[in-house]
Amino acid sequence: MKELEYPFDVSYLISNKKKIKKELLAKPGLLPKNIAILGGSTTSEIKNMLEIFLLNHGIKPTFYESEYNKFYEDAVFGNEELDNFNPDIIYIHTTNRNIMEYPTMYNDENVINEKLNSEYEKFRIIWDKLFSKFNSTIIQNNFEYPYYRLLGNKDASDIHGKINFITRLNQKFYEYASSTKNFFINDINYVSSCYGLDKWANQFYWHMYKYAMDVQAIPYLAFNIANIIKSIYGKNKKAFVLDLDNTLWGGIVGDDGIENLALGPEVPSGQVYTEFQNYLKEHKSLGIILNVNSKNEHENAIAGLNHPAGTLKPDDFIIIKANWNPKNLNIKDIAEELNLGADSFVFVDDNPAERQICRDYIDGLSTPEIDVPENYIRIIDHNGYFEVTNFSNEDMKKNELYKDNAKRSQMMATFENYNDYLLSLKMKAEISTFKSIYLERISQLSNKSNQFNLTTKRYSLADIEAVDKDDNYIKLYGKLEDIFGDNGVITVVIGNIKNNDELHIDLWIMSCRVLKRNMEFAMLDALVKKAKERNIKTIYGYYYPTLKNKMVKDFYDLQGFEEISCDEDGNKTYKLDISNGYTNKNNVIEVEK
Amino acid sequence: MSREEVFERLNKVFRDIFDDKSIMVNEETTSNDIEDWDSLEHINLIVAIEQEFGMKFNMHEVTTMKNVGEMVDIIISRIG
Repeated sequence: MKELEYPFDVSYLISNKKKIKKELLAKPGLLPKNIAILGGSTTSEIKNMLEIFLLNHGIKPTFYESEYNKFYEDAVFGNEELDNFNPDIIYIHTTNRNIMEYPTMYNDENVINEKLNSEYEKFRIIWDKLFSKFNSTIIQNNFEYPYYRLLGNKDASDIHGKINFITRLNQKFYEYASSTKNFFINDINYVSSCYGLDKWANQFYWHMYKYAMDVQAIPYLAFNIANIIKSIYGKNKKAFVLDLDNTLWGGIVGDDGIENLALGPEVPSGQVYTEFQNYLKEHKSLGIILNVNSKNEHENAIAGLNHPAGTLKPDDFIIIKANWNPKNLNIKDIAEELNLGADSFVFVDDNPAERQICRDYIDGLSTPEIDVPENYIRIIDHNGYFEVTNFSNEDMKKNELYKDNAKRSQMMATFENYNDYLLSLKMKAEISTFKSIYLERISQLSNKSNQFNLTTKRYSLADIEAVDKDDNYIKLYGKLEDIFGDNGVITVVIGNIKNNDELHIDLWIMSCRVLKRNMEFAMLDALVKKAKERNIKTIYGYYYPTLKNKMVKDFYDLQGFEEISCDEDGNKTYKLDISNGYTNKNNVIEVEK
Repeated sequence: MSREEVFERLNKVFRDIFDDKSIMVNEETTSNDIEDWDSLEHINLIVAIEQEFGMKFNMHEVTTMKNVGEMVDIIISRIG
């Protein structure tokens, strides 16, 4: 919903949140999640706003809200309601109002260090206690700056200053965050700066209602939290689709000629586009794919991208669509070629009419309302499309992987027999039970895979860690490499052992990067082998249809399973009897033992 | 702006905030008359009214106003 993307109209959201909520609740396929809000000040409106932003990301929250300022008690001493609530996410909304003891001018360094430590310990105990009790992810606010400075500028550099104290305390929070999985900082220090600290710290709301911030800033706070949560559940955007003229450079390359484009350090209007190109290029290190969608002659587009002052070159893009087709059709083509959903794209175009058409035709496409070039970066960046939570090494290599796939397609065209093509790839697979170094990637894959996903069951990192530890599961990951490169971990199967000799497949997913490579056969071979070691006689498979997983509707039939039931929603159950032997199906991939 | 116009715009804010098209506020309306009007919704209402009329209530006003009529008095005194 456009109203819920940055920059949003705060008064519209405050007045219409109930209407918006109703509308979003009507959407199909929402992912239910339990979210506990433990507050050190009033949180009611934070909950309301967080709800609509999460619904907009396809997440349907059920909330637990602590009593006013009972965050510490709830976490440390427990509370039956919270215990039974079983939260997926715990959000701790504390602010500098919850700092109990600041330094005073009378304190020496030792006393101040003790105060710092005791403030930190209070929080560390909360986090450790929550982690020991719940299998959940914690999101913790850092501290915003105070709204007055007793020491003036020295408040920042002197250990007696509140700003100095808060800075040091925040630093300790970050150290905990960097060494703890499933723990994320909600950076209200940054959000309050962007909003304007004096406005943010409007004391009217504190004294009247015990809100530790301007009520009109709450949408910005909630938006920021929602971005972390949607990222945890794999709902980040994955790719840019970029217009060229007046988006990546000033002017129109076909009309003005390459020498007259505004790009490069000589003039202000050129600098601003160079900076924007640099900003986009930085995203490649996060694994974000860049593509072009422009109404242009192809050769003009390439000439523009080869502009000597440009930092983005044709080689930086995976797909370049420069033609005269409607842009919404180009976007659909790009989605198909990359095997990605168009709802994982951010479409950047300076032309509001083009944005509107694409928005109307493509559900879930993000089309930021960029206005003037000097605002492009801020508007895109503050939307948090690519919020980093669990970053894996796979992500950094993503652009290379897509490039490798383009080479495979070229090579495939030279073979008449598909099996010969597969053999020519000299594929090698590693299939093994879960290893701790891959758990992050496995969780990520379970949240991102929509098409090749039989049950669409999502696993947070905490969930995957639980499966990893549980002996009642057979859990396999698969890596695949070939002559063009290493695809990394691209498939996961989780089976639950029940009644001694039954294996029920809870999850079977595969990245679309490796479709039609027979990797699924290699996985079944490995699964059957493991199952036999555990004396399993029958393997049960499940297919639950969604809007996106039609691709695998006949998957178990093709794997040789027998359908045993199908309900009116199309949910199917299959079984495979392995007690009378099983013949391996894969003959094109060499599997490492 | 006439008192009637203020009431008309105010009424729309009430309807949006409480998502109830049947609301009609008058001089005597208080929080007892609208079911969802609790202290938490009150803050949202105040913020929405401030945005609608481009003015701010101070703390004293918010803590002492008795009904919608008094609220309208303050709005009119502020926007003239």
